[in-house]
Amino acid sequence: MTDLSQNASPTDGSQARLKRIRAGLGKRHAREKRFRLYGIVAIAAALTFVAILFAMILSKGLPAFQQATLTVPVTFSQELIDLEPRPVRESGQSAADFRAADLRWQRDVTLVNWNRVVEDAVRSLAPGSEISSRDLQSLIDSAERFKLRDAFVANPNLLGQTVDMQLLASANADNWLKGNINRDLPDSQQQLSAPARALADELYADGNIRMAFAWHIFTNTDSRSAPASAGLAGAFMGSLYMMMVVIVLAVPIGVASAIYLEEFAPKNRLTDIIEVNINNLAAVPSIVFGLLGAAVFINYFRLPLSAPIVGGLVLTLMTLPTIIIATRSSLRAVPPSLRQAALGLGASKTQTVFHHVLPVTYPGILTATIIGVAQALGETAPLLLIGMNAFVASVPGSPFDQSTALPVQIYLWQGNENRNFFEARTSAAIIVLLALMISLNAIAIFLRSRLERRR
Amino acid sequence: MNSWMVALLLLAVLSLAYQQGWSLSRRLATPEGRLHSRPAYHGSLVAIWTIAPALVIFGLWALFGTSASRAFILANLPAEIVDTGGAALQSAIQRVRAIASGFGVAGEVQPYEAAAGEALRRFQLIASATVLAAAAAFAGVSLYFARRRIATRLRARNEVERLVRYLLLACSGVAILTTLGIVLSLVFEAARFFTFVSPIDFFFGTVWNPRFSTTGAGSGQYGLLPLLWGTVMVAGIAMFVALPIGLMTAIYLSQYAKPRVRSIVKPMIEILAGIPTIVYGFFALVTVGPALSAFGASIGVDIRATSALTAGIVMGIMIIPFISSLSDDILRQVPRAMIDGSIGLGATQSETIKRVVLPAALPGIVGAFLLAVSRAIGETMIVVLAAGNSPFLRANPGEPISTVTVTIVNQLTGDQDFASPQSLVAFALGLTLFVMTLFLNMAALYIVRRFREQYE
Amino acid sequence: MTNIAKSENTDMNMSSGPFVDVANTPKQQRAPKARVTAQNVNVFYGQKQALFDVCVDVPDRSVIAFIGPSGCGKSTFLRCLNRMNDTIEGCRVEGDIKLDGQDVYDPKIDVVELRARVGMVFQKPNPFPKSIFENVAYGPKIHGLATNKTELEEIVVTSLRKASLFEEVKDRLHEPGTGLSGGQQQRLCIARAIAVSPEVILMDEPCSALDPIATAKIEELIDELRANYTIAIVTHSMQQAARVSQRTAFFHLGLLVEEGPTETIFTAPNDKRTQDYVTGRFG
Repeated sequence: MTDLSQNASPTDGSQARLKRIRAGLGKRHAREKRFRLYGIVAIAAALTFVAILFAMILSKGLPAFQQATLTVPVTFSQELIDLEPRPVRESGQSAADFRAADLRWQRDVTLVNWNRVVEDAVRSLAPGSEISSRDLQSLIDSAERFKLRDAFVANPNLLGQTVDMQLLASANADNWLKGNINRDLPDSQQQLSAPARALADELYADGNIRMAFAWHIFTNTDSRSAPASAGLAGAFMGSLYMMMVVIVLAVPIGVASAIYLEEFAPKNRLTDIIEVNINNLAAVPSIVFGLLGAAVFINYFRLPLSAPIVGGLVLTLMTLPTIIIATRSSLRAVPPSLRQAALGLGASKTQTVFHHVLPVTYPGILTATIIGVAQALGETAPLLLIGMNAFVASVPGSPFDQSTALPVQIYLWQGNENRNFFEARTSAAIIVLLALMISLNAIAIFLRSRLERRR
Repeated sequence: MNSWMVALLLLAVLSLAYQQGWSLSRRLATPEGRLHSRPAYHGSLVAIWTIAPALVIFGLWALFGTSASRAFILANLPAEIVDTGGAALQSAIQRVRAIASGFGVAGEVQPYEAAAGEALRRFQLIASATVLAAAAAFAGVSLYFARRRIATRLRARNEVERLVRYLLLACSGVAILTTLGIVLSLVFEAARFFTFVSPIDFFFGTVWNPRFSTTGAGSGQYGLLPLLWGTVMVAGIAMFVALPIGLMTAIYLSQYAKPRVRSIVKPMIEILAGIPTIVYGFFALVTVGPALSAFGASIGVDIRATSALTAGIVMGIMIIPFISSLSDDILRQVPRAMIDGSIGLGATQSETIKRVVLPAALPGIVGAFLLAVSRAIGETMIVVLAAGNSPFLRANPGEPISTVTVTIVNQLTGDQDFASPQSLVAFALGLTLFVMTLFLNMAALYIVRRFREQYE
Repeated sequence: MTNIAKSENTDMNMSSGPFVDVANTPKQQRAPKARVTAQNVNVFYGQKQALFDVCVDVPDRSVIAFIGPSGCGKSTFLRCLNRMNDTIEGCRVEGDIKLDGQDVYDPKIDVVELRARVGMVFQKPNPFPKSIFENVAYGPKIHGLATNKTELEEIVVTSLRKASLFEEVKDRLHEPGTGLSGGQQQRLCIARAIAVSPEVILMDEPCSALDPIATAKIEELIDELRANYTIAIVTHSMQQAARVSQRTAFFHLGLLVEEGPTETIFTAPNDKRTQDYVTGRFG
């Protein structure tokens, strides 16, 4: 190898060298190809996971939006519905007394044997059948009798009339008709009795049971006794209230602290600590925020359990660092020349920031807000610790009412014992949640491109 | 008092005060004596000073009004009812309030109830009138003084700006308060837990069996180690899945992919990052777990559907985009010149990546790795659904396990008797988790920061 | 200002017939033995053409300098010679570049081998984040030039000696290369390039990031290396070109305006633009 140093005979030396280099080339290129292949395989794997996840959710969830629905002629027969007319408020009666009387009447309405009304209606479709009432009622969702009651309360004139109504089939009937349950299982393992299954098939064949779009997923609240009619309305409102709290609190506070830290704060130890602190806070596990909520908001301030206001506060604290960090980086991206131009014209520091710097960063702040809100929307763990996993069968009227949230509803539904039915229902809820998140992001992208074009 | 009415009233006062400051300062402006600040600033200053005292008064009333009226009701109820306490007292207070509001109550109204209700009505009337009057008086006085201060030389703008700055400072204090709140509540509640169970038994115990709070306090065993082991195992499996895939993805996207491919593939992978963890948990429970179990059966290995393996693999999938986008950022910061230097010497691209780019980016990637680990040990929903919740020291990843986060959820949901060790242990666990992630985050942030400074 | 305007004018005229200009270069002035020959090289970045029909020969064991104002294409041309332009997205090279009679852009040519034969030193010193020793050993290691440790050490020491760096760093061979001064870093990069013993070394403004003393050292080094290597250097500084090169090529707006012995280019250029540039009227 002396030729390397002396270079006495360039051609000989370089020939030997070239030989060595060429000898290794094949292996090196093979290694290069392999390495590149690893990269492609990794990407393919990641994309496959995305694909499998979405395929699984969609294939399981989409059928849940179609639900077995029975169209029956319902007779509000006088015999069964034996009631006094609804009370009217008399003069001199206190509001409380009237309400008590009205409630009494409504209770009486509820005590009517609506199951019988339902049963008679269904039986009229299968006149020859000798099915027992228990088996027959197992075909219809148990909450559907309240639909009849509500129709009657809304219009007492229905008494004695027969009208066509749509009733949801029970979860078990839905499973049977969709084939979610193995049809070859022996009777002992079937949820429905043999006559009920036969009747369901017959009604389906006749077209009396159809698969109809399940609007009630969006309009009903959760239900344990009547799984077929369980819906997302309560969870949706709960999530909506929480997101409102997050937007009202996290965005102004986050943007204000970002402005302070980026534009006004003197560079000293204190701001250094705040900076490190915010970065750390962004990486604190979400469940720790739940513990904070449980200890401080619930246990110390005695705020109500399961209330969206508390959930909103916890999520606000959790989202704050995200918004601060993103806003700061978009403030940092504003060229210093803009600030200098404004300051040079005699604007004060505050005027410069609020009139010139901030408007430029609106798209960035907007994106940060939506990323933060989307993150908060999907968060589950901290909400479990502040009692939002309670079963709530009503739509919350205010952020202080008991409520649950969309991701928590998913958590509750996946744990339901009726796996055959709730696997699909859970996937449907996931579809709703993901659709919300995707549309939030789409709105962000749209608004951002509009805002950026205007500049 | 209707809160909407109050808000409307405050708004009216606000605009009145602003208008006063604005017009007054405007009248002062003459060609000789120019205003220091524009009228709008004078208006804002007057408005702020006018509204602030009123806001404080309403705020105090909102905070203490309810307890004041409660105290008043208690004072007006017969002693024997007050003494019974509990639900009976609660309902009595409710009834008195309902009577006072004029809505009335169902059923017979006791004379003492009627009297208390009437007294409460009067009290509320007087109280709200007082609050209103006080607020109005303070607002009036401060309006007067604020108006008197208006002069051409008053530096209204500077004052307003200073107030705005204080407001901004207060906002950035919220983040500090949050950290303080987390630390204090965790330490305080954990300390309460350690009055039941000694820290040694907690940190070094190998058995986790807290029993139920109804069976009596302090009767369970609270060994942290099985939970910690489960956490470490799941996080380890997750990193084992996520690191190679995430890193190779980042390498391919940052070094090989054409801009077009990159602009399509990168957002698609980042979709994974936006999916809520509960969805991953469900995915693990319904798809991955059974698939793994079937796969295990086909090769003769017993893998449970809910196990450390299931949770770990799915958590790994969740972390892929986290690692890939952090590493991608870091790999792209390796100077082009350095890569050119290697290519110019005749190195192939993979040689350049392995021998130059990765060593140069190593600190940053280590930082990203630590952040990912911190995320993995703090992740909750996937393990709640898919790890099987079985707090035993087990080495086989095919068996169910439990983790710190799962146990926090288990101990704090359902029965909410806050004072029992069964609930309080959640805070000791939370403290452990917080300290672990804090160290990981600090180390990661420090390393990444140093790395950035090196190439900037 | 007027000069610039004028030069732009001439250029407009020229762009209509670039062929004429190159053909004007007197044949006899070409170096007799060329290591690298370039014929009608056109380079495009996407739609934009950066080089127009450039023809240059790089003579064996001497230094050729490429000079010209910023953006004239001299660096682009240099990077064609070892196909570094391949790494730039959307870059397309047409024409004929030959190393020892072999077409560099022939699909059968292995770029890895080509770059081992045509080394490169960059504008900014770019040592790897490794020790000084590892920096120099990098090339021999990847190409498998050393069969054992002693051989590798020998190559490293020789290369550092040739780059006149050995004496300065011999006590800290295992400290990071990034800890050296700018001039030392650049010499380290030269040593790194030499370690592969390339036949041709391309230098892309190697002194632009260095102070005058470091620059002088590098220039001295280039002069020494000339005995064993064929060197092409891109430089901003005409003085540097005059000091280190035997031949000089002047580029302007993607055209090779003139090429010839350095002395001729600086004292009696044929072209008006070359004259304007070397006399400092623009650039």
